[in-house]
Amino acid sequence: MIHFDSIVKHYPLEAGFFAREEHKVFAVNGVDFRVEPGEIYGLVGESGCGKTTTARLLVRMERLTGGNILFRSRDGREFRLAGIGRADLAALRSRVRYVFQDPARSLNPRLSIREVLLSGYRYSPRWPGRSRAEEEARSLIQEVGLSVGDLDRRPADFSGGQRQRISIARALITQPEVLICDEVVSALDVSIQGQILNLLLRLREERGLTMIFIAHDLAVVGYVSDRIGVMYRGVLVEEAPARTLMANRRHPYTQYLFESLPVLRTDGESHRRRGDPALRATFSRRADATENPVSDATFLEMDEPEPGHRVSRIFSDAPRR
Amino acid sequence: MILTVENLSVDFATGGGLLHAVRDVSFTLDAGEVVGIVGESGSGKSVTAQSILRIIPANGRIAAGDIRFRDRSVLALDGEELRRFRGREVAMIFQEPGRSFDPIYSIGKSLAETIRAHQPDLGEDEIRERSIRLLEEVHVTNPERRLENFPHQFSGGLLQRIMIAHALASDPTVLIADEPTTALDVTIQAGIVDLLLELRRRRNVAILFITHNLALISSFADRLVVMYGGLVMEEGRTVDVLRSPRHPYTAGLLASLVPFGAHHSQQSLFILSGAPPNPMAPEPGCPFAPRCPLAKPGCREAIPEIRTDGGSRVRCIVEGPK
Repeated sequence: MIHFDSIVKHYPLEAGFFAREEHKVFAVNGVDFRVEPGEIYGLVGESGCGKTTTARLLVRMERLTGGNILFRSRDGREFRLAGIGRADLAALRSRVRYVFQDPARSLNPRLSIREVLLSGYRYSPRWPGRSRAEEEARSLIQEVGLSVGDLDRRPADFSGGQRQRISIARALITQPEVLICDEVVSALDVSIQGQILNLLLRLREERGLTMIFIAHDLAVVGYVSDRIGVMYRGVLVEEAPARTLMANRRHPYTQYLFESLPVLRTDGESHRRRGDPALRATFSRRADATENPVSDATFLEMDEPEPGHRVSRIFSDAPRR
Repeated sequence: MILTVENLSVDFATGGGLLHAVRDVSFTLDAGEVVGIVGESGSGKSVTAQSILRIIPANGRIAAGDIRFRDRSVLALDGEELRRFRGREVAMIFQEPGRSFDPIYSIGKSLAETIRAHQPDLGEDEIRERSIRLLEEVHVTNPERRLENFPHQFSGGLLQRIMIAHALASDPTVLIADEPTTALDVTIQAGIVDLLLELRRRRNVAILFITHNLALISSFADRLVVMYGGLVMEEGRTVDVLRSPRHPYTAGLLASLVPFGAHHSQQSLFILSGAPPNPMAPEPGCPFAPRCPLAKPGCREAIPEIRTDGGSRVRCIVEGPK
C-alpha cells in the first residue's frame, strides 16, 4: 500500500544567497491519494501538471518539500520517504522500480542485454550472486517475450517495442512489488502499444504487481487502469475507478481534458471543436503552476459524491454545462 | 494539381549498406486540399515530405521518380529558384517547435529575418507591421508586446503558432506539416488543427499533414495516404479509408487503436503481432506480409503492384480484404 500523504514539492525560481523564498513553482501542491496493493493506478494530466514529479517523489528522484509518502511492503516493512535513510532507500528502490518512456535512451548501448538486466541489481541489497542472477536474467527475458539468445545482443539490435520489454525485464529483476510506468508506450508505434499493454497486464496478474501508470493517452490509461487520478496544476482534481471516470466525469477540468481528445471519425463529419468554450477559456492557461493557484486552507478538500469517486473543490466553480 | 509526387524512391547510404526509405511513392495534392500521410516509424512518411523540399539528410539521394510543382520539376530547380520555391511556394512546419527557434533571438527578430528573406526591400516599420499582422493571424494575443519576448517565454502550443506564422510569411500555396501536434498536449492539439483549417479556408492553402495519429487526422483530411515499409499501401478519401479499409495493414492499424472507454476487465485488445519491417533488410515481397493475417504464399514473392480502383488505390493482391 502506498499513501501519498498531502505531498508538496516546490522548486525555487531563484538561486543563490539572495534568492527570494516566495519565488517558487509548486510542482505538486498537496496531493493526497492511496494506491492499493495489486492495483493499477493511472495518473493523467497535461505536461507540467505534476504527475511525473509525484511518481519520482516515491523513489526519491525528487525530495519532498512537505507531506510524506508511506509505503508498506508485503513483508510488513514500512517506509516513510520524508527523511528516509540510505539503507531504507536502497531497500525501497529494489521494491519500487521505475520504467522510463524512451527505451532508446534509457538502455546503455554498450552493454549486452545480459549486462543491462544485471545492472538492475545496482544499488540493490538483493544481489543473489552471479550464477543465480544470470539464471534470473534467462528466466526474465523469456517472461517478457524475448529469447535467451537475445541476452548476448545489444540494445541497437532491437526495435522500440522489444527495448521496452528489456526495460521492463530490468525493472523486474529485483522482484519489485511496485512498477512505475512513466509513458512506457508513448514512444511506441500504435501497432506495438497493445503488445506492451498486454504484457503489463499479464505481469500484474502473474506477479501481483502494483502499478502507477502515467500516460497522456487517455484511452490507454482508461483501458489499463483500475483507478485514475486526474491532476491539474499540481493538484489532484478528481479520482475515480477507471470505468466510472470514462463514463462520468464530474470535475470541469476532467471534462475539458477528456473532451480535447480527438476521436476517430468515420462519418466524414468535418473537424469541429468539441466541448464548452467557457471551460476551454478557464483551463487553457499554461498548466504549470508558476503562481500558486489555491489558498492553502481549501486545497485538500475533496467531495465524495459517490463511494470511491472524489472531486476537488478547487476550480470547481468553473462554468459548468 | 499543384503538387505531384511520381514514383518517388529515396535511398540512404548507411554503414550497413543502402537503405530504401521510400519506394515508388506517388500521390497528388490539389489547391486548397488537405492530404494526410499516415504511417508508423520507418514508414517513409517524413522522408517523403522532406524530399518535396529537397531537405533530406546528406547521405540520402532521390534515386528515382519526380516531384512536380505546377508542371515544373522540383528536382530540376537550382540555386535561387530552389530558394524561392522553398517558403514562397511550399513551406514546412516541424514536430518540436521548441527546437526550431534560436533561443537568443526574440520572436520579433526571427520573424523579421524570415520576412526580409522573402521581401528584401521592406523597411523596418513595414516589417514590424507585417510581423504583428502574422501573429494576429495565428491568434497570438498582444502581438506588439510578444514580439519582444524570447522563445522560452512561450508554451509549446504558442511556439507552434509562431512557427506557422513564419511559414505564412511568404504566402505559400502549400504547407507541409510534419507531426506538428505530436509533441503538444492533447488540449493544445485541437487548437492547432483549428488554425490550420482556418488558414485553408481563408488563404486556400493546401496542406500535406504527416502524422501517426489516425484519430486526429480523421476529421481533418480530405484524403489519406497510408504508408508502410516505404510504400504507399492504400490511398483514398478519408471516409472510405477509415470506414472500409481495403488494405489489411490499414484495417490492422485501425483495429490496434485502443477504443476510448474500453477496459481491460471487459475486452482484450486487438494485437497486430510482430514489428514493423527493418528497412536495412527488407523482405522481397509485401513488407506487411509477415504480420498480415490474410497473407498468401504469393505475398512474399514480389511487392504487389498498386491498383487504382475508382477514386482509391490499394497495394495488395488479396482480393477485397476486410
